[in-house]
Amino acid sequence: MSGVSADSREPLVGVLALQGDFAAHARMLAALGAAVREVRVPADVTGLDGLVIPGGESTTMTLGIAREGLGDPLRELAGAGVPLLGTCAGLIMLDRDHLGILDVTAHRNAFGRQIRSFEADLELTGITHPGTPLRAVFIRAPWVADHGSAVQILASVDDHIVAVRQANVIAVSFHPEITGDDRVHAAFLDLVRARLNGAAG
Amino acid sequence: MRDEATPRVKTGLAEMLKGGVIMDVVDASQAKIAEDAGAVAVMALERVPSDIRRDGGVARMSDPAMIKGIQAAVSIPVMAKARIGHFVEAQILQALEVDYIDESEVLTPADESNHIDKWAFEVPFVCGATNLGEALRRIAEGAALIRSKGEAGTGDIVEAVRHMRSINGDIRRLAGMDAAELATAAKEHQAPLELIRFVAREGRLPVPLFSAGGIATPADAALMMQLGAQTVFVGSGIFKSDDPEARARAVVEATTHFADPARVAAASEGLGTAMQSLESRKLGGEELFAGRGW
Repeated sequence: MSGVSADSREPLVGVLALQGDFAAHARMLAALGAAVREVRVPADVTGLDGLVIPGGESTTMTLGIAREGLGDPLRELAGAGVPLLGTCAGLIMLDRDHLGILDVTAHRNAFGRQIRSFEADLELTGITHPGTPLRAVFIRAPWVADHGSAVQILASVDDHIVAVRQANVIAVSFHPEITGDDRVHAAFLDLVRARLNGAAG
Repeated sequence: MRDEATPRVKTGLAEMLKGGVIMDVVDASQAKIAEDAGAVAVMALERVPSDIRRDGGVARMSDPAMIKGIQAAVSIPVMAKARIGHFVEAQILQALEVDYIDESEVLTPADESNHIDKWAFEVPFVCGATNLGEALRRIAEGAALIRSKGEAGTGDIVEAVRHMRSINGDIRRLAGMDAAELATAAKEHQAPLELIRFVAREGRLPVPLFSAGGIATPADAALMMQLGAQTVFVGSGIFKSDDPEARARAVVEATTHFADPARVAAASEGLGTAMQSLESRKLGGEELFAGRGW
């Protein structure tokens, strides 16, 4: 990959660990060469080069963010241009009605209850090469019901938006952390490393 | 291209429930209290285990109208219990579109030799286990999530600790065995060799492992998490206590911060009296739920 100097430091990526499958994200990020920190309180946000908001229960996470006073620190992190990745509940946390970091409105449990959960092949603009989809697992998944003009659509299922990017923030309705396919995390870490190298250079 | 009810989709929901608290509720108002306190899911049942103990008699699947009322009241996942081996109760729960079916020893078993063939269902199942062999037999039958059984409705954590230590201790022992010893271990655990090999190789069950049965305080929840539970079920412990709202919030907070004693201490302050408890070792054989399951 161009632009990565040999002396660039290992990026420090936080994973919001109030609840959910944060451990699966942490394993995947570590395997891709990132240093990982679990984030539960505001002090854990300091010094992060990137942050992942995992899958889990969005109601539980919303209450946890409020209880711990994490809303402002997370918004400040995003405001500084630090790359963020949200998956499933993480996408909901980033939307206009929650942290307000992404200019989208997510529709919770939009695909239905667990019996409607599914997996499907999915191509993501700028993340998968044409003809090589990734296997996307959707669990009681949300979709993006509405979005602003700065939001790029990366993928849809049945005409429902399930993956978006806005500047340095990527959000998907599905769970790239549980399939072993690391392309979404690699794309996210590319944003993290590009920003670090830009700042250093 | 689009597949529903694959093993990955079934265990996927359990993955999302990790680091959380699943609470027993008997009506919509309790379900709302649980959701507002931060529960990751609710277990809908007609009577909490401590009341099933008190009342005696046959305990069955809940009234579908009650389950639907709870589904309408909350947006978090709703689980419900079927009797061991009662596959028609499970069919009904699937028709109601509950998010997880608990084939539960807390209800009176309907079959003394067979559990439900869980592969036949699209809705995932959780089952209780007291040891590794029992956990692997349930997984072989199609369970997508295992919970240590504990002794439900007692408020006594000792059985949950015993079961969690037993399961994780046996997992660690398998890791040191060679191929011949694993074949013998499969016989001793009365579990399929293929699953025994998986556990020895990976150092974990093929599905998530939660804990249930006797959790009454924030400290109990943190104890089970430190012993390796990935989420806790709290049955009678919340709504049989003095102040269910405060206790529910406190157990959620202690589960998130289970490795931070200062936070668990703060969460434990001023909660009033815990549920009325029974010492499980003083219960007679007929009164023990954990022995149900084969």
